[in-house]
Amino acid sequence: MIHIKQIAILVICTLLAGCNRTDRSTGLNPDSGNGGLRLPEGFAALVVAENLGQGRHIAVNGNGDIFLAPRELNNGHGIVALRDTTGDGKADITAYFGDLPGTGLQIHKEYLYFAHDTCVIRYKFHANDLLPESEPETIVSGLKREYQHEAKTIAFDAVGNLYVNIGAPSNACQKDDRTPGSPGLDPCPILEMYGGIWRFKDDVKNQTQEKDGHRFATGLRNCVAIDWNNKVNNLYVVQHGRDQLNQFYPEYYDDNDNANLPAEEFFLLEEGDDCGWPYCYFDDQKIRKVLAPEYGGNGDSIGRCAGKKDPILAFPAHTAPNDLIFYTHEQFPEEYKNGAFIAFHGSWNRSPQVQKGYNVVFVPFYDKLPTGDWSVFADGFSGTEPVNNTGDAAHRPMGLAVGPDGSLYISDSVHGTIWRVFYP
Amino acid sequence: MKHFILSGLLFLLLFSCGRTKKPPETTTTEPGKEVYMKYCLACHPMDGSGVPGMYPTLQKTDWVQEDKTRLISLMLDGQQGEIIVNGQIFKGVMPAHQYLTDEQIADVLTYIRSNYGNNADPVTPAEVARLRSTQTGQN
Repeated sequence: MIHIKQIAILVICTLLAGCNRTDRSTGLNPDSGNGGLRLPEGFAALVVAENLGQGRHIAVNGNGDIFLAPRELNNGHGIVALRDTTGDGKADITAYFGDLPGTGLQIHKEYLYFAHDTCVIRYKFHANDLLPESEPETIVSGLKREYQHEAKTIAFDAVGNLYVNIGAPSNACQKDDRTPGSPGLDPCPILEMYGGIWRFKDDVKNQTQEKDGHRFATGLRNCVAIDWNNKVNNLYVVQHGRDQLNQFYPEYYDDNDNANLPAEEFFLLEEGDDCGWPYCYFDDQKIRKVLAPEYGGNGDSIGRCAGKKDPILAFPAHTAPNDLIFYTHEQFPEEYKNGAFIAFHGSWNRSPQVQKGYNVVFVPFYDKLPTGDWSVFADGFSGTEPVNNTGDAAHRPMGLAVGPDGSLYISDSVHGTIWRVFYP
Repeated sequence: MKHFILSGLLFLLLFSCGRTKKPPETTTTEPGKEVYMKYCLACHPMDGSGVPGMYPTLQKTDWVQEDKTRLISLMLDGQQGEIIVNGQIFKGVMPAHQYLTDEQIADVLTYIRSNYGNNADPVTPAEVARLRSTQTGQN
């Protein structure tokens, strides 16, 4: 009798679970082999579109329209706009607008904000239109553009502020950049206008960095990955750590050290934070900041780095975190709620060892901090493993966005492929 | 006992040197390859393929095989801003390599001109010296 009861309970549970699954079902069919991606059990993926040029960040509108920022103009075209009219997840309409390349792209207050290397502009959309109704408004102009870490990326808080990553046009603030024996400038003058996050108003036109920008946090070499976490009201970034330790300081670092140092750092930023670049880097074996060799360090000493901001999590060296997004939707299983997805573009600076990254990782969160270590969420982008040379990778994950139904969109910088990952 | 003390001392000596690493040993007999491995490898990896969008390929390209003056100047002065190589745009920074000797620059350019699918005549230290001496305001 008890046995039958147990079976009955089991059947009811299964039915209920089945109902739950139906409630949040996406109704989408995955591509065979999930479009080349390896995903955790239960997840699936399809290719929304491909061959869109060198994709950068991606945004999805409330009606499901998808936008992709281009690294270069694609036959003279700027931002890519995509629409699926049949509900199968595949884009049927491809259109373009704007005449600037760029990286940062985000929907905010019914505008699409777009960051070119020297400005932030925004487009207004009428009703359900795929293309913007008029010319863009310039929110920030005259941002300095150098020849390194020039891509600008953006995030917004809930009280009217825009945050812009302004990367440092330098590896380690040497007098002569990336030159053996050239000393680190002290203090590093680059930090006055670069190497940090600047705050602006999100709705005031024609702001400039000099006049209106507020340096929110400094000592950040380049943080292409930036997002505001609305759940806890804090800004988070992931930094690209410095390169070439072994090349310039072979007395302290060998090939293996260079391949594994320094960690890519995940920061929870508070106003006024100094995260240490160029004076310090994070060693995730020693689990502390270390004084950079350009400033007298020997791979072990701490010196002035004692008071610098520590990361909340460290990732493998050189893997190039290029986008960050907190997941607040219902589609994915409960453990993903409020956690962070990070797209790693993949390394170039681990030679002669194999390259690493080329994946999307997940970090579980509770409140403001991670509750565990990171794990690989999506992999297989490179199409070849190991990746010996960056150019061997068939795709490199670049941008992340979450659609209105909770699907995760991933863009690619090699061929402009867009994947949609869902929990069917 | 004596052996223990000796080994202990030896261990201490070795350990105290721990943080200072010897430069990587090179086994190659090609001087140009040695220079390449030390100064070029990070950005133009083992196969000379570069990094898409950032650092140009050295494979089968006019930049490596043709105009020697342009090639030597690129080494001496570096370059920044867009550069188009084999039809692709690259935006990374090439640092100036004034600190290398005429021999080192000649060796490494000769190396890349005869590898990675390139087939061009060697660069001599005299050619590098001549170009270096015509430059003003360098160093």
